[in-house]
Amino acid sequence: MKVKQISIFLENKSGRLAQVTRVLGDNGINIRALAIADTTDFGILRLIVNDPDRAYRVLKEAGFTVSATDVIAVEVVDEPGGLAMVLAVLQEANLNIEYLYAFLQKASKAALVVFRVEQLDDAIAALQAKGIRILSGEEVYAL
Amino acid sequence: MYWDREHETMSREQLRALQLERLQLTIERVYRNVPFYRQRFTEMGIKPSSIRSLEDLRRLPFTTKQDLRDNYPFGLFAVPMSDVVRVHASSGTTGKPTVVGYTRNDINTWAELIARSLVCAGATKFDVVQNAYGYGLFTGGLGLHFGAERLGATVVPVSGGNTQRQLMLMQDFGTTILTCTPSYALYMAEEGQKMGLDFKKLPLKAGIFGAEPWSERMRRQLEEKLDLMALDIYGLSEIMGPGVAMECPAKQGMHIFEDHFIPEIINPDTGEVLPPGEEGELVITTITKEAFPLIRYRTRDITRIDPEPCSCGRTHVRIKRITGRSDDMLIIRGVNVFPSQVESVLLEFGETEPHYLLVVDRKANLDYLEIWVEVAEHMFSDTVRKLEDLEQRLRERIESILGISARVKLVEPNTIPRSEGKAKRVVDRRQI
Repeated sequence: MKVKQISIFLENKSGRLAQVTRVLGDNGINIRALAIADTTDFGILRLIVNDPDRAYRVLKEAGFTVSATDVIAVEVVDEPGGLAMVLAVLQEANLNIEYLYAFLQKASKAALVVFRVEQLDDAIAALQAKGIRILSGEEVYAL
Repeated sequence: MYWDREHETMSREQLRALQLERLQLTIERVYRNVPFYRQRFTEMGIKPSSIRSLEDLRRLPFTTKQDLRDNYPFGLFAVPMSDVVRVHASSGTTGKPTVVGYTRNDINTWAELIARSLVCAGATKFDVVQNAYGYGLFTGGLGLHFGAERLGATVVPVSGGNTQRQLMLMQDFGTTILTCTPSYALYMAEEGQKMGLDFKKLPLKAGIFGAEPWSERMRRQLEEKLDLMALDIYGLSEIMGPGVAMECPAKQGMHIFEDHFIPEIINPDTGEVLPPGEEGELVITTITKEAFPLIRYRTRDITRIDPEPCSCGRTHVRIKRITGRSDDMLIIRGVNVFPSQVESVLLEFGETEPHYLLVVDRKANLDYLEIWVEVAEHMFSDTVRKLEDLEQRLRERIESILGISARVKLVEPNTIPRSEGKAKRVVDRRQI
């Protein structure tokens, strides 16, 4: 039920993001979803890719500070109130969201939201109890 | 004008005789009371009776900052603690400071030498001395303070910072002598200008600026902007504090008070004593201190000695402006900073050898320190909050160790240039 996300530390200077994507491209790794959190000095690039283990390795070899983190990918109905319902479940379970980002699936009516929470297993249990679909890593990488 | 005409203008011959007598007493005192020195001398086959002339001084071993650290806190004191009336300390490289002690006589000597320095700058008991050096363990504040009182001047013990208030007091109290770091004085000048303060209308006549290196360019700026005579003062806590040497209005270097300190210039790499006029590392032997005498202390300050007679009539030789350091110490806002102090903090936070760089800049006459730290994998987190938390914890820890605030900037691995051999830890961008 967990999806491996690759996070990369980036200084805020031009060309760094391009370099990451080039390394991935050269190694035939496809990006499924991407989000950047930035501050004045640095940013954290978060990626869902088709082959996280290899992405981790090639980025590390290219000299980046990389980490792999478990996140969950939740299917949210692509209509008003869809995300609100999922968030309500997590709130009721008293689970704090570190961050989230969303992406749309191709040719489907559902959106995917990636959540990073501290108590991952509790979140999975709470969401599943409400019948919310959580995608497995394999499903997400293969999208 | 002299405070102590007898000692300040004594003939070289008399001075040398006095120095030898005091040196011999000091050697005897440390031999008797400081195990560290007794052992060092014994190893080299030296007894107090071996010191028969001033030239014999160069047979003695050097004392280094490391020796002070190894004997932390009171191991080099030459008197029982009951005779120590005050301690001061400078920042240490691993969080432990360098501690120095003073007997009542030492404090008295210090006050005398500061009074001498103030008079050298033209001060009298009618002056109002605004002392903006920091008070506390740092020697600047209290050192200047007691000397100004000794002179009988009116002391305003305002300490550093709070520039608006400094400027208000300067106007309201009719400050005539300003004592602080030169960069802070320039900062005050510019803040005053912004407020529309006309320094030409203030009674300021002299500024005694020290605790950090400065230049003729800064002197011109200070003199122009503050409308005073800007003079350099030298000292270091290990030797005493400010008042080891003082510039006279001839502005040709600082007279080192040779009736209390014997200066030498050495080649920092070989330890060889260099002839007068050559640039090298200043080594000082104290010859009157009771609590904390130091034999051939390596100051790490690079300068040269000018033995030419001075137009002011003082016979003590002058040391020229400090042009640098023979180690990697930085002076930032008057505070001594060693890269190794930063390194020790970084080691606390991570288990690997950190790569870091200290970047120093001067903006609007204030020094800014930025510490670049390469984010190693074990320090990296995918949440901004944790990285910002890391930055803050580093910042707080560094501030508590260094005593000054620094901006911590996390950078990508391998972005700090590697050099072969000794790592380059400092980029000093200040235009002094």
